[in-house]
Amino acid sequence: MIEIEKVYKSFGKLDVLKGVDLTVARGEVVSIIGGSGSGKSTLLTCINGLEPIQSGRILIDGTDVHARSTDLNKLRRKVGIVFQQFNAFPHLTVLDNVTLAPRKVLGMSRAEAEEIAVKQLRHVGLADKLKVYPSRLSGGQQQRMAIARALAMSPQYMLFDEVTSALDPLLVGEVLDTLKMLAEEGMTMICVTHEMTFARDVSQRVAFFHQGILAEIGPPDQIFGAPQHPETQKFLSNVR
Amino acid sequence: MFDYTFQWRQAYRHLPRMLEGALVTLEIAVLSLIIGIVIAVLLAVARDSKSIWLRAPATAWVEVARNTPALFQIYMAHFGLGSFGIYLSPYVALLAGIAFNNAGYLCETFRGALRAIPETQTRAGRSLGMGQAQTFRLIVMPQMFRISFLPTTNQMVWAILMTSLGVTVGMATDLTGITQNLNARTFRTFELFAMAAVLYYLIAKAVMLAARLIAWRLFRY
Amino acid sequence: MFETAMTWNDLMFMLRGAGVTLWITAIAVAGGTALGIVFGVARSALSPWVTWPLAFVLDVLRSVPLLIQLVLANSFQAIAGLGWSPFVTSCVVLALYTAALCTEVVRGAILSVPETTRRAARSLGMTWAQDQTQIVFPMALRVGLPSWINLTLGVMKDSALVLWLGIIELLRASQILVTRLQEPMFILLVAGAIYFLISFPVARFGERLEKRWRAHD
Repeated sequence: MIEIEKVYKSFGKLDVLKGVDLTVARGEVVSIIGGSGSGKSTLLTCINGLEPIQSGRILIDGTDVHARSTDLNKLRRKVGIVFQQFNAFPHLTVLDNVTLAPRKVLGMSRAEAEEIAVKQLRHVGLADKLKVYPSRLSGGQQQRMAIARALAMSPQYMLFDEVTSALDPLLVGEVLDTLKMLAEEGMTMICVTHEMTFARDVSQRVAFFHQGILAEIGPPDQIFGAPQHPETQKFLSNVR
Repeated sequence: MFDYTFQWRQAYRHLPRMLEGALVTLEIAVLSLIIGIVIAVLLAVARDSKSIWLRAPATAWVEVARNTPALFQIYMAHFGLGSFGIYLSPYVALLAGIAFNNAGYLCETFRGALRAIPETQTRAGRSLGMGQAQTFRLIVMPQMFRISFLPTTNQMVWAILMTSLGVTVGMATDLTGITQNLNARTFRTFELFAMAAVLYYLIAKAVMLAARLIAWRLFRY
Repeated sequence: MFETAMTWNDLMFMLRGAGVTLWITAIAVAGGTALGIVFGVARSALSPWVTWPLAFVLDVLRSVPLLIQLVLANSFQAIAGLGWSPFVTSCVVLALYTAALCTEVVRGAILSVPETTRRAARSLGMTWAQDQTQIVFPMALRVGLPSWINLTLGVMKDSALVLWLGIIELLRASQILVTRLQEPMFILLVAGAIYFLISFPVARFGERLEKRWRAHD
């Protein structure tokens, strides 16, 4: 379970998150929507401790992410994240991209790691690209590789930060299909997304962020069918 | 004009000795480059660190290496340290001087390369559970070496040129040292040094070629 | 910090050496830059089929240690009966060495001017010479000048090698004092400080120039 309690976060004078509360249960898929600068992406980087927070706390299975005593490297094995930029490691082949962390962080042998990596890469449809360098892949393929790379650590939670935003429109579908498949397999997921159809079809709950505040949260039917908050109404009428 | 008979054959007889010297030259250059690279990486990290105790000495090293002659640096190692009762042999003093110089220049090369690697690469590494040092070693450093490969190759060529300075502190076994000794015995200055020049040129070209092969083998992406 | 036997006269001796260093550098850089510009323009304007002998010679000058070049030139002038003093020989060698490095700086700077810009200039009816002086030169100057400053400092530092021909420049002057006073560390530190004081401000100026010009692009 991920519990986010009264989280405040600022970059210098700029307040990005102003008291966010959100709880995500095991097996749940939550989509976060909202305008740019609403703080939704920042929330994800706070959840896995890449960014410090000013107050409040974030618990993952009861462990406080920002407590001094927490071993973040250990915690991050549990929480995978995929970014908007694909962040492929350019100097490693697709296979090595995926096996690197299992070998160096989990201490697996090369054979063990490769077995898992091949399985995950097959899962995302890249089984024929093992020995290829990322520069030879399309954006969609790089992004699917990034997903496989995160999955190879057998995380219990996955965070997706606008993973289709940097893609050509034609390549968005293949990545969304991968996410959909993961959701159906029961992965706990938080997806920051601009793909409203995806948010409606795949998630159990949809959260709307506005200016650092979680303005409204509820089942997709409610958010898309009968939004309560005026800002949600305004946002949705603009994206349609 | 040209009231002089060139005696190439006589000089040519000394070629085997000079080739031995060329090997020593290459050896010093390679060692100085390796030592220089290791120190340069540490300096690059130290120069961007938050602690002034790391930053200040690293900055001093880099600025002295870049703003004084290489020959001065070799003199410091050979004569200067004598004030502290440390007497380095010409070989060690030459190696130390060149390595000091290499480290200073390569540090700045590496820092430039580090700035070219997106911050998101580090983020991606950290988010997979890798520690800071691990991320630097496995993700950032390989990319840094690739970006700075060409300048590093140039530094290697400079290192070869710098080895010739050893003769001024009594180095006798490298190419210039041996040439100078033969010169003192035979007085065929022009012929001997012309041969040395050809050998230096060939070494420099061989190094460039080797670097290209290494790059082709190493950087396939 | 140090008890030293060094006197003001000794310091003046070193400063005179520094004067020789600067003097040789100035001559070499002036001559080398003039040649370098001519060679650089030729290398970028003419076909490589025509300029390869020049390119080869310049490459040799860059790939053979300066010390070897100095000894070779000195021995050559003796053989040829030119009667050059070590000072003249040093200036000639350093100037040619500078020219070899400067050619690459000039060529790189000219090549950095986009072909499209030059085509635009020519399509406005400018002649080749006008294009060179009005468009290419000002644009290339911004790219080349910082490298040229570094090159100049490099020549200043490399000029220490002329001590091998018996010229008493800064480092040789220090060495003479070291032999006399037996205080190697102190005297060399003074010499190093003089080099540093000459080089560092200029290097900083070059860096700032580079940064400012890059920011304006």
